[in-house]
Amino acid sequence: MSRVLSSRSNMGRWLRSTALAAAALVSATAMSATAHAEDTIKVGILHSLSGTMAISETTLKDVMLMLIDQQNKKGGLLGKKLEAVVVDPASNWPLFAEKARELITVDHVAAVFGCWTSVSRKSVLPVFEETNNILFYPVQYEGEESSKNVFYTGAAPNQQAIPAVDYLMNEDKVKRWVLAGTDYVYPRTTNKILEAYLKSKGVAAEDIMINYTPFGHSDWQSIVADIKKFGSAGKKTAVVSTINGDANVPFYKELGNQGIKATDIPVVAFSVGEEELAGIDTKPLVGHLAAWNYFESVKSPINTKFINDWHEFNKKPNRTTNDPMEAAYIGFNMWVKAVEKAGTVDQTKVIDAMVGVAVPNLTGGISTMMPNHHITKPVLIGEVKGDGQFNVVWSTPGTVVANEWSPYLEGSKDLIADWRHPLFCGNFNVVTGKCGGASK
Amino acid sequence: MGCFVTAFLAMTDGVVPPDPEGDVMVSIHRFLAVLLVSLPLLATSPARADDAPDPFIGLASQNFDIVANAVSALAVSGNPQAGATIAAIEADNLYVDAADDGAPKILIKQGDAYIDARTGQKAADINEDDVNSVRVNNAVRRAIEAAKGGMDLFAADATTRTKAAEKVFTSHDAAALPLLARAIAAEKDAKAKLVMEQAQAASLLTGDGGSDAERIAAVAILRARGDVESKSLLQSLHDQSKPVATAIDAATSSLARIEQLWSVLQSVFYGISLGSVLLLAAAGLAITFGVMGVINMAHGEMVMLGAYTTFMVQEVIRTHAPGLFAVSLFIAVPLAFLVSGVAGILIERCMIRFLYGRPLETLLATWGLSLILQQGVRSIFGSSNREVGTPEWMSGATQWGGLTITWNRLTIVIFAAIVIAALMAVMRGTSLGLRMRAVTQNRRMAAAMGIRTPWIDALTFGLGSGVAGMAGVALSQIDNVSPNLGQGYIIDSFMVVVFGGVGNLWGTVVSAMTLGIVNKFLEPFAGAVLGKIVVLIALILFIQRKPRGMFPLKGRAVEQ
Repeated sequence: MSRVLSSRSNMGRWLRSTALAAAALVSATAMSATAHAEDTIKVGILHSLSGTMAISETTLKDVMLMLIDQQNKKGGLLGKKLEAVVVDPASNWPLFAEKARELITVDHVAAVFGCWTSVSRKSVLPVFEETNNILFYPVQYEGEESSKNVFYTGAAPNQQAIPAVDYLMNEDKVKRWVLAGTDYVYPRTTNKILEAYLKSKGVAAEDIMINYTPFGHSDWQSIVADIKKFGSAGKKTAVVSTINGDANVPFYKELGNQGIKATDIPVVAFSVGEEELAGIDTKPLVGHLAAWNYFESVKSPINTKFINDWHEFNKKPNRTTNDPMEAAYIGFNMWVKAVEKAGTVDQTKVIDAMVGVAVPNLTGGISTMMPNHHITKPVLIGEVKGDGQFNVVWSTPGTVVANEWSPYLEGSKDLIADWRHPLFCGNFNVVTGKCGGASK
Repeated sequence: MGCFVTAFLAMTDGVVPPDPEGDVMVSIHRFLAVLLVSLPLLATSPARADDAPDPFIGLASQNFDIVANAVSALAVSGNPQAGATIAAIEADNLYVDAADDGAPKILIKQGDAYIDARTGQKAADINEDDVNSVRVNNAVRRAIEAAKGGMDLFAADATTRTKAAEKVFTSHDAAALPLLARAIAAEKDAKAKLVMEQAQAASLLTGDGGSDAERIAAVAILRARGDVESKSLLQSLHDQSKPVATAIDAATSSLARIEQLWSVLQSVFYGISLGSVLLLAAAGLAITFGVMGVINMAHGEMVMLGAYTTFMVQEVIRTHAPGLFAVSLFIAVPLAFLVSGVAGILIERCMIRFLYGRPLETLLATWGLSLILQQGVRSIFGSSNREVGTPEWMSGATQWGGLTITWNRLTIVIFAAIVIAALMAVMRGTSLGLRMRAVTQNRRMAAAMGIRTPWIDALTFGLGSGVAGMAGVALSQIDNVSPNLGQGYIIDSFMVVVFGGVGNLWGTVVSAMTLGIVNKFLEPFAGAVLGKIVVLIALILFIQRKPRGMFPLKGRAVEQ
């Protein structure tokens, strides 16, 4: 009897607490609903603020808040104020889809800026296509995608990986390649493209070593030793690193400790920027490379202003800027311009207005939204300096147009994306003349 | 300098143009080419450098090749300022003032002031806006290295000469032979001489010169050196005369056997080092989970607190007492023990003591706590990684036969051994340890003997957490110091404790080492991802067979 009683009282307590929580939730929603007057335009921010990706994505949330704040100080958009709706998908990929749906159907946002990893983007993609909303994706990625509802402001492989490999091949006369990456979709696809590209340039199969490691890999001893051995075969060797996130710090520390210098075996990284280097003593890494479309050290008036604004907004005089921040900056300005051009935030009209929109990028040039929903960008190669910044040693003379479908992969070499009417297709097969056909 | 260059050049006459493979070699060629060009100038008027074309001018170029050539030219120019200037480029302290239309000024930055690199005098009227640093990339850095390598073969210090000879060995360029011959003749230090002879052998074999007997002798020298570089160099030789080819074949196959042996030893060391990391991470858990039976999901966060304590210690040292940096870790270890230990006692007092005997609730509550701690640290320190420096004595590596042993890994192995020894001493030799064991084995009896069991519980949990904090100091040296640091180790820690046998410290040691070594032997064959999976599956099967791990506790205590 007593057991029943106690369980009932437990149940009572549970019910009470649930009811309380529910009430709190309802009142919170109600409050926010009343606070949001009708004359604002809501913008969704979908970046992880907790979990493993918080390290990278929190910065993008902050830069979006800064851009929205600046736009409001300039008088808002279409005479209305912009209002940021920030949600936290907590580095949990299915939660990205839920939170995206919440932003679109509950908050009725005009556009969403968000995602970092490819898997999170793939997870929200169906939501955006179903609800016909807009996502701005600000990170370099593996390509092989073009959606009507997504605008990719980060680099496609030909805007980052391939120029970097070309640089090493031409300037450093590299003959032997280690492709090292974290085991998930971006490194795997990028390395597949790079492998095909290197082979097309006459690199033999035995001169390519491919290595994958799990997320957060921390014991690099044997892999770095393998790289050293691979590099001692008498041909100039370089490492192309698609190692992501937290695994980079122990990787570079091990490189430094085992005495692999950039003058012997340079490492060119696609996911290591100023933010990632902030956690390492960079002196042993001087000369290792990174390929991006923006570096904080680029000297241009617009970049100086951006960095000053950023420091002022954060009240932190040494917070770094990085490439995905520039991509977010370009994406936001493009959206503002397209909305002004369309005269409405209606998604269908804005999507049509986006193609051809051109805004200044932070390196002193102009980036344009192309019909494939990717933008034109310059490609820069930087060498790590002792102070954790990059020294730009090479850059493309102008901007590069993205190849959303890689010409080096069997499955995509015949595909193109063109979101202008009448073609209006993300995977048009130029051989069969059909939309949606994979190439054979 | 001028005299040496002249002598050197006389010997490099008639050098066959070497093939332009490899960049170090390219730099050396560049170095030699510049030597040849500057010969007449130096030979006629070595003392009057101002007659020569200004070797500094190229440094101002935006083109890396021109800068690299300028470095090589400067190195052999005999200019008294050459050494200081090249050192300044290396230290990122060389600047160009392009204010005037004439020859740009080359400036060395010293503190806030600038010094004219050409004269060594203080430069006045420098407008900061016109000053840009000299452009440096890997090609320029290689030119610097080659220039210094050539100059250093005759340095006063034997270690510097040995290092320079190593550089020549790696670039093994036939053009360096006359230079090496001169250096060997002058060399008194046995070790430096040996490396120079090895460099000579390597350079000889790369070129076409030398009789068969000389070449076979060179193969023997490389065979005696016996490292990976020697083997790969021998393997890259083709089109040799018959006796030389035979000698090379014999040498490579013998070197391959030696290399295989070393690689086994190397894997064992990697395994021990990985095992020590696992052991450190799991040692605290072996107390809280192993001895007390608390499933503490916040264990990883205790490790993280230790790492952040290290960061704080280094921050304070950096701002207040930079001289203490070398010993920062020694200061951090006891502090990390205290911080995590106190945190552990608080957690036990405020939370876990209400949950004894309810493992599921403990698991959920501590997991929640781990999230709270992570987010708390994220709010205070920010989500990005914090830089924890490595003291000089822990950086780099040492070569022991064919083994490469990095200092930081070796330090961690030793540290893990000390921590475990201390832990065992506490558990076995102190009255606190006695009480801990008494309480965990038979709580009622211990209470009846007058032991304050709740207090002992708190101290035990504090001890386990404190050890986790010390592990954090070690992990800060090899991993990210970020709020997620602990998450990466929690699963591995539980794996180690369960595999070793819950409640048995020796079991934890053996299990950590086994897992480390097995992992490192699997990695080369299976890859890091598959290796981990294989280990996990093997572990599950093992636990199926022996649910209490490798070294189960026996006796009545187990029945509780």
